[in-house]
Amino acid sequence: MMKTSNAIWLLLLLVGGGFLVFRTATGSMGKAYVRHETFDATTHINKQIQKIDDEEQQELAKGKTLSEAKTDKRMKLSDRLPAVEGITWTKVSSAERGELTGSDGQPDTAVVFSWSRTIGLWIAALGTLAIMSFLWGDNIFYKVAESVVVGASAAYAMVVGFWTGIIQNLFSKLIPTAMRDTVLPGLPGSQEAELIYIVPLVLSVLMLWRLAPQGGWISRWPLAFFIGATAGIRLVAYLDADFVQQIGNTIIPLLVSDNKQGLMVGQSIGNIIIVIGVLSCLVYFFFSFEHKGVVGATARLGIWFLMITFGAGFGFTVMGRISLISDRFSFLFYDWLWLPKPGIDA
Amino acid sequence: MSDIMPTDSAHDPPSDISPTDAGSDSGFDFRNLDRRWIFLAMGLSIAIPMLMGVVFPEHPSQEVLDVFATVEGLEDGSSVLMAYDYDPASKGELEPMAAAFVRHCAQKKHKLYFITLWPAAVPMLQKNIAILNREYPEYTYGEDYVNLGFRPGSEGVIKVVVTDLKKLYANDVDGTDLNELPLTANLKNIQSMDLIINVSAGTPGAKEWVQYAATPFDIKMVAGVTGVGYTPLVPYVPNQLAGILGAIKAAAEYEEAVLLEYPELRENPATQEGLRKMGPQLVAHMLVIGLIIGGNVIFFTDRRRGV
Repeated sequence: MMKTSNAIWLLLLLVGGGFLVFRTATGSMGKAYVRHETFDATTHINKQIQKIDDEEQQELAKGKTLSEAKTDKRMKLSDRLPAVEGITWTKVSSAERGELTGSDGQPDTAVVFSWSRTIGLWIAALGTLAIMSFLWGDNIFYKVAESVVVGASAAYAMVVGFWTGIIQNLFSKLIPTAMRDTVLPGLPGSQEAELIYIVPLVLSVLMLWRLAPQGGWISRWPLAFFIGATAGIRLVAYLDADFVQQIGNTIIPLLVSDNKQGLMVGQSIGNIIIVIGVLSCLVYFFFSFEHKGVVGATARLGIWFLMITFGAGFGFTVMGRISLISDRFSFLFYDWLWLPKPGIDA
Repeated sequence: MSDIMPTDSAHDPPSDISPTDAGSDSGFDFRNLDRRWIFLAMGLSIAIPMLMGVVFPEHPSQEVLDVFATVEGLEDGSSVLMAYDYDPASKGELEPMAAAFVRHCAQKKHKLYFITLWPAAVPMLQKNIAILNREYPEYTYGEDYVNLGFRPGSEGVIKVVVTDLKKLYANDVDGTDLNELPLTANLKNIQSMDLIINVSAGTPGAKEWVQYAATPFDIKMVAGVTGVGYTPLVPYVPNQLAGILGAIKAAAEYEEAVLLEYPELRENPATQEGLRKMGPQLVAHMLVIGLIIGGNVIFFTDRRRGV
């Protein structure tokens, strides 16, 4: 016979599932819409020309003349007008379901149902539930969702890294003309090949050598360069921003006063706590002396400071985690289930 | 009620819990409470206030007011680097403060330069720029704001852009030559920024911006960070960081500070996203505090009894 606790959990799942089936069947949840906006290149350029003309009028009214750069820009835009005649494009952006009708109550024909985004919405919602199902226990839905997240994240990072790192930072410097003619039409015409970028290209190839059947040791050279350079850069930054500056931040007056208010008690207490806290924590991590007597008492005080710091950190972590689950609930309730947002939809 | 509380799995890892062995029905015992009841209580403590629209009043703390005053104190039309280093995993915590920064800067008509060191943050930049497009139509791309997007290299990117921006950023996120945009045509590096606003979920993030830009080049900077990242950054305030916002609580207070200064924004519900998230926060925190107190009472009672 089923245990009472399991029966309750099963009942909760059935009620939740039944609610989903009902909402889906009545078509009152889980749809995504997009807004289609069509632009005309001629109108777009004319607007820019009009804007410059308006600025010119304003400048003339002030007794000034329009800057040379803007005059040039206006001329370039005018020159482009014949070439772009007849060119149009459509911008597709997300739309809320509240945008289905315009402010006049009539249906907004620019807002249409999107199959692709609706499928994405359902994958996101079911993926969220699959991840949350780990609270019940490890299961196949959680494992699938976890694998999808890891795989998609790795692929995304790789693609972004390729286009922004290898294409825009390396090849655009080495072979700018070829890049301009193919994948980077916006590359400045003044950019010339910088042969120094052969060095990172060679280092990159050497780094990948470890995948070759022989000579894997070659990849250690670029790795050594990378680690050495990174350590050097970080060392300087730490010494300046953390070590020296933080010592400076600790050398503060224990009693703070000014001419108007006299002794500022609150700030003085704060400064005293900072100095005592820093010194006692340093003593705790000082192991050359046995922690007995004065050293032991100071070290114990240091432990208190550390524990309070960890407690504050824990408190902030709890707040952060609640924010994350709150965000997911918000997505499930409002974006997926279309429950009314209190104070907004109601 | 006593037979609904499972008792035998409280100390097992989650992977060991299955619906069939979650508990025996031997009696009500908080010592062996099935953790799933706590998960359910936590879920309800967040869901119910959220669905009921519970909102509590917020009063900006001095730390938040310091950040607000730094942005507000800049002359209208100042140059601000919006370094947003967070991804969808932390958007629930950071999006409200990121949006509040954008709105506050837009109210001040600051020139905004969006940049990120995180590959997955590009859509986050676009979401924040959508606020400008939707609520501040007078903001023109290339003249009032620009999206520089992402470049790989973590803190290496900061090292470069702080001395020669166009060495790494010849184009904006759409591939437009920065020399063709009025806002960036004469921009040499980010030392000319009047302020860096960093919203950071980890590394690289606020710490790296402090280490490689704010401290060595004496650029004014404020940051908004996750709860986890807040305490390690506090020692930088006020000498190396003008101010810092810690997690959703500070975001809500910042929203309130902006709304107090610009009350016309209150008509837009999107400006109170952080404030709305504080209702579930309070109830969930009360539950956590109650559970900690309850657990300690049981622990000390057992110890006194010699259990």
